[in-house]
Amino acid sequence: MTFQLICFYVFAAITVGAALAVISVRSPVHAALCLVLTFFSTACAWLLADAEFLAIVLVLVYVGAVMVLFLFVVMMLDLDPLREGFVRALPVGLAVAVVMLVEMLALIGVRAMQMPPPADPALAAGMSNTTWLASALFSQFLLPFEIAALILTVAIVAAIPLALRHRAGTKTQNPGRQVRVDPRDRVRVVKMAAEKPVAAKPESSTP
Amino acid sequence: MITLAHYLTLGAILFCIALAGIFINRKNVITLLMCIELMLLAVNTNFVAFSRYLGDPSGQVFVFFILTVAAAESAIGLAILIVLFRNRATINVAEIDSLKG
Repeated sequence: MTFQLICFYVFAAITVGAALAVISVRSPVHAALCLVLTFFSTACAWLLADAEFLAIVLVLVYVGAVMVLFLFVVMMLDLDPLREGFVRALPVGLAVAVVMLVEMLALIGVRAMQMPPPADPALAAGMSNTTWLASALFSQFLLPFEIAALILTVAIVAAIPLALRHRAGTKTQNPGRQVRVDPRDRVRVVKMAAEKPVAAKPESSTP
Repeated sequence: MITLAHYLTLGAILFCIALAGIFINRKNVITLLMCIELMLLAVNTNFVAFSRYLGDPSGQVFVFFILTVAAAESAIGLAILIVLFRNRATINVAEIDSLKG
């Protein structure tokens, strides 16, 4: 049992325990925090598989962005813990999960267990994991890469109007009307006859 | 040494936990979204392991795209969730049935 294997078992145990906590804790905030722990320990397991770039990206994107978004939404929504039906659905869920797990493990089989890991393909090619990944990404998968950028843009454009709310009574700016404004609407030059000041009554001021 | 089956088993266990979570938490859409993220994580673990053990970068590139699409999906899903909560004041799945025929 090598040191790497011990590390893998530790990370896998933390991952599975945190995932169990995600689906069983009562409060959504605690579930989100347990999901953060799951992602983090999975990233550690990916590091053991020499996928350094993806492990860091998982921590940055998921722990740093997506889970913060989840936490924001959980705190905005002001939920009361809804646990009705938890006990009723528990046997069905457990049964389905266990049957599926057994089927999957049977599919994986024991022969793959004995397959020795080959040398790190990135190191064998003489580059780091990031270079290895990027050389495939920017040559063979360039068009999907651009489409992924497009998908992210569409997601931003779709998510902002979805969550935008025009509340009555708040003062907001309308940029379209601001651009379309005509100076003549703002300042009106009124032509009027010049008016001579009435001559003041001469005071009889005699020294 | 860590073999391919270790990673596949970890992925399978994570996937089944997420599946059980979808069965158990039928009341809370946020927990359902978290379970979907767990499922994607399990699939990504499989991809990373296969990429490492078959020496093919395509698996890791695929994980990259899955991360992108999953981020977009959760952003839009949470936005829909906020609108839903604003209009119906609930995120209980059992009560969201106005599209039922």
